[in-house]
Amino acid sequence: MLQNINIDVHHLTRVEGHGNIKVNVTDGVVETCEWQVPEAPRFFEAMCRGRHYSEVGRITSRICGICSIGHTLASVKATEAALGIEVTPQTTKLRTLLKHAENFDSHVLHVYVLVAPDLLGAPSAFALVETHAEVVARALRLKRLAHEWGSLIGGRTTHPTTVLPGGFSKVPTVPELSAMRDKLAAAVPDLQATLETIAALAPGIPAFDRPTEYMAVSSDSEYGLYDGFVQTILPDGDRARYDVADYRSCTNEYVSPLSTAKYTKNRLDSYAAGALARFNVNYDMLHPEAKKVAESLGMGPICTNPYMNSVAQVVEIVHSAHEALRLFDELIAEGVTEEPLVMPTRSGTGAAAVEVPRGILFHEYTFDDEGFCTEADCIIPTGQNHANIQADFDALLPWLMASGKSEDEMRLAFEMLVRAYDPCISCSTHYLDVEFVR
Amino acid sequence: MPETRKPTLAFFDFASCEGCQIEFTNYGDEATLELLKHVEIVEFREAMTETTTGRIDFALVEGSFTREEDRTRLQEIRRRSRVVIAYGACACTGGINALKNHQDDFAEYVYGDDASMPHLRSGTARPISAAIKVDYEVLGCPMSKEELLLVISNLLHGTIYFAPTYPVCVQCKRRETICRFDEGDYCMGQVAIAGCGAPCPADGIPCEACRGFVEDANIPALEKVLMDRAGFSHKRAVGKSRMFTANLRS
Repeated sequence: MLQNINIDVHHLTRVEGHGNIKVNVTDGVVETCEWQVPEAPRFFEAMCRGRHYSEVGRITSRICGICSIGHTLASVKATEAALGIEVTPQTTKLRTLLKHAENFDSHVLHVYVLVAPDLLGAPSAFALVETHAEVVARALRLKRLAHEWGSLIGGRTTHPTTVLPGGFSKVPTVPELSAMRDKLAAAVPDLQATLETIAALAPGIPAFDRPTEYMAVSSDSEYGLYDGFVQTILPDGDRARYDVADYRSCTNEYVSPLSTAKYTKNRLDSYAAGALARFNVNYDMLHPEAKKVAESLGMGPICTNPYMNSVAQVVEIVHSAHEALRLFDELIAEGVTEEPLVMPTRSGTGAAAVEVPRGILFHEYTFDDEGFCTEADCIIPTGQNHANIQADFDALLPWLMASGKSEDEMRLAFEMLVRAYDPCISCSTHYLDVEFVR
Repeated sequence: MPETRKPTLAFFDFASCEGCQIEFTNYGDEATLELLKHVEIVEFREAMTETTTGRIDFALVEGSFTREEDRTRLQEIRRRSRVVIAYGACACTGGINALKNHQDDFAEYVYGDDASMPHLRSGTARPISAAIKVDYEVLGCPMSKEELLLVISNLLHGTIYFAPTYPVCVQCKRRETICRFDEGDYCMGQVAIAGCGAPCPADGIPCEACRGFVEDANIPALEKVLMDRAGFSHKRAVGKSRMFTANLRS
């Protein structure tokens, strides 16, 4: 067993935002084992104050360029809850289809560009252009497909334009939907190839388990991406349910005496959000084709290996593709009509939750009688995962030491663990720097 | 054999949502693989492990300059780079981050009792050009990915890209989009810099001037139009002209 370890990863690569890993072991004694975040804070909640309700979603979309569809949807839903707006069934269906586009898009990017190089022993996806040309071309094809699919509904995928409180400013036509549906259906061979790639790479995923609590949006009618209540599940299968409006009672933000980072916790000392959490909480609602994929990859609920989040993302890619085909078919059969925006009926406070690729996202706003925002609160998935990543670190180090890994292997294992969470660190609203003073 | 080294391209990010990097991945298979034939990407923290200490031909810088400690890093990027391109509203004007420049209680509002902790210090959100010389700016929130390709293409061909200086209304008229004011809405396209292709009004939403204002924009007239034609209160008209453009307004 290694008695002296010194891992110091400054600004971890292939994650969104800035994070550091510091591990120090001297003569077999663990001195430091930390996940740190030196990100510039941006203060979005303060910047929402005084803005008209029609602008708030456009502003909070800019919290994250990768999850900007999810932020926009959480924002308009919270705005609608605050202003007594009930959108039409067509709006809900189009937004759900848009949500699937974001999940598909982000997961393709994460699995292929950020995770696959680790498992293929390459420093980056660019290095794979020469060695694995077909894998890179396929990743870019799927990425473009998702971008076109999201843009058809949201106007564009980075900071969507058409999604507004009360509905859409513009909806796609049936011929446009049909053309997009056919493109998506034609991508099925690429999805099959994706599965084969991940199945071939799966043996490289560390067999590390750490049971924790898992939290996700849950619903009786869907897998729980766009709408529903909050549900958590413990490793023994015990479930708890919370109303979205009571999100503070299950997120419980607090300042740890060990660090200056705001942590969240619920029934255990930390919980996980993200694809694996959704998989564990909502497994029964997965599309049958996605369940088949999970089974073929040897994965079932409750999966307690945090590295398997990347595999859960592949399961969700297949789920989103098939659910989207169903939604496209319904919209094409029913027809799509231009609908006026539904107008506010009152003012007050409202909260919403949607799933972004990295986990459950909460927005809450209060508006005055003139429609100006007076209070805003956003709780971002990566913030919620922070305490859980640290708890994984605490368990991972002794596991790696006991298994006789070299320092380089350990460094890679720590980096891969953080990457598996797909953290969005620059979504820095409400997210404190970590500076450890010893 | 003559040397056929490809120009090097590197990505750097400061306070931002990293959405402009994501736009870069939205070029899809055709444009991305084509671009990779002509440039060598040597640093891109979000997508690759490799970094470089060598000379960079084209440095793409995203995000606002908000902390004094970032100045050294920016100066180092400038020192190593032949051409520095600020891309996206945050890097070019301060962008949406500059909204807080008009508030003095933002830290207390977000962090409460912890607001005075030293690591939460955040100064004025400024453009990258406040710290270093910038050669090109690709405006927009997100930046226009077509415009970025044009800039890079011109650099590869040894020519100069000139961005439009006229307002968004020109591009709206060209694509025959119905004016937002005629739809009973509002718009800032009359004072916003064009170059994006005016996608927002075409999607049925107003221009919010995410690319900044044209030179000599008549802001008092803008506020008057927003009040007279869109029916805004004075408070909303003033606030409206200070959304992505907070650094361009008093």
